[in-house]
Amino acid sequence: MNRIKKFFSTFLLFELLKGMAVTGKYLFKPKITVHYPEEKTPQSPRFRGLHALRRYPNGEERCIACKLCEAVCPAMAITIESEQREDGTRRTTRYDIDLSKCIFCGFCEESCPVDSIVETRILEYHCEKREDFIYTKEMLLAVGDRYEEQIAKDRQIDARYR
Amino acid sequence: METIQQYFVQFFGIQWGSMLFSLATNMIFIFAIVVPLLLGVAYLTFAERKIIAYMQIRVGPNRVTFFGIPWLRGWGQPIADAVKAIMKEIIIPTGANKFLFVLAPVLTIMPALAAWAVIPFSPELVLADINAGLLYILAMTSMGIYGVIIAGWASNSKYAFLGAMRSAAQVVSYELAMGFALVCVLMLSQSLNIGDIVSGQEGGSLLNWYLIPLFPMFLVYLISGVAETNRAPFDVAEGESEIVAGFHVDYSGMAFTVFFLAEYANMILVATLTSIMFLGGWLPPVDVMPFTLIPGFIWLLLKIAFILFFFLWFRATFPRYRYDQIMRLGWKVFIPITLVWIVVLGLIMQLPESVRSVFPLNIWF
Repeated sequence: MNRIKKFFSTFLLFELLKGMAVTGKYLFKPKITVHYPEEKTPQSPRFRGLHALRRYPNGEERCIACKLCEAVCPAMAITIESEQREDGTRRTTRYDIDLSKCIFCGFCEESCPVDSIVETRILEYHCEKREDFIYTKEMLLAVGDRYEEQIAKDRQIDARYR
Repeated sequence: METIQQYFVQFFGIQWGSMLFSLATNMIFIFAIVVPLLLGVAYLTFAERKIIAYMQIRVGPNRVTFFGIPWLRGWGQPIADAVKAIMKEIIIPTGANKFLFVLAPVLTIMPALAAWAVIPFSPELVLADINAGLLYILAMTSMGIYGVIIAGWASNSKYAFLGAMRSAAQVVSYELAMGFALVCVLMLSQSLNIGDIVSGQEGGSLLNWYLIPLFPMFLVYLISGVAETNRAPFDVAEGESEIVAGFHVDYSGMAFTVFFLAEYANMILVATLTSIMFLGGWLPPVDVMPFTLIPGFIWLLLKIAFILFFFLWFRATFPRYRYDQIMRLGWKVFIPITLVWIVVLGLIMQLPESVRSVFPLNIWF
């Protein structure tokens, strides 16, 4: 009896029809695709995108050239050189991040004692040459200046958990 | 039409004039078939991407449009793909046989297009109304394998060669089941002329279509058609998610695109043949007022589209067959089924006249 049943279900393509019913049903289901440039997925305040160097409200750069970020960076993407400034403070003369090496782990941000190096929510940037991937101190500071409001807000939200 | 023929006769003389006239009309007819066919192929690729995407809850290509018209989004995709393919370089491998390498795609697409000569689009609309139409179709669809084998051989690569062997073996095996399924159609229609086969299914409604008495043959033909065109779930020859490709690994640019076009043209051809042999070609499903108003050509197109949708649906649904399973299905399942059905059909046809004119049998026999 079982064999007869199996014979008929095989020859009537029963299982294949069941499979096609499933895909046929999905043909009319609402689509879940996010239409990227027009729609975007929500971002967390902890989003780790393009790096930025921040300043204090009085315009003084935060970085004190402690080189913790350089030490912690697992991809060794950060290069720092420092010097004593005229007023006796230690400041960086060079702060390069090679974005082609960077793995966006966020360790630099975590290690920074003065919240200077941060990762922003920016993810839509591109470079056309390998050299363009090296972001210098000026470029990073410019990113920080431009997006300071958003950066400060994100740090504020995250402050409770740090 | 007559006056144009007279102009030809006046211009070129009585002997050349009529010859050139028939040549010119045939050329126009060929173009009228091939150009929409190739456009259909282009948009079949688009339909495939779109439908499979929808079945996988994606949206598919939706960017390229014509002149920035928003509701045409995605419809420019096949054109963009074609332009890209034409721009690309055709790389001929160093060890390849150049002549055969270039010849192979031509040999693949030639029969796929040539078979359309005997397809009747409506009772009058057929390029070559020959009496051995069905044989011609079988001959043409079998010719496609030469392109595949030559492509694999000329590439001078082990992978291409193995791929060619595999797809040739598969196509040849399913050719048999397909042929036997068509023999059943032949027995019912008593004619090799494709126009006559369609006319034989006339008679009021879709009950008269060969779909009903030959339903198992319809399934065998449809599935063999899928296997014959190397489509999923029988696409081990190409298997894009497992191996790169079969016989056409070494092809690039337009040479590859010609193989691609041939595959899709064959798909449309198989769908057309299925609708002609089993779904009554240009006949409307019911012979009543609103249906008979629509021209037969449109009915044929609708039936082709219906079968093609099934092709895409199969691809979205079924996992790929293993190679030995494909061979088993072809030789140990389909060929026995078709042979049994031929015998059953023959027995029914040999029944005495009084039995054959009882209700369900009198429709078809």
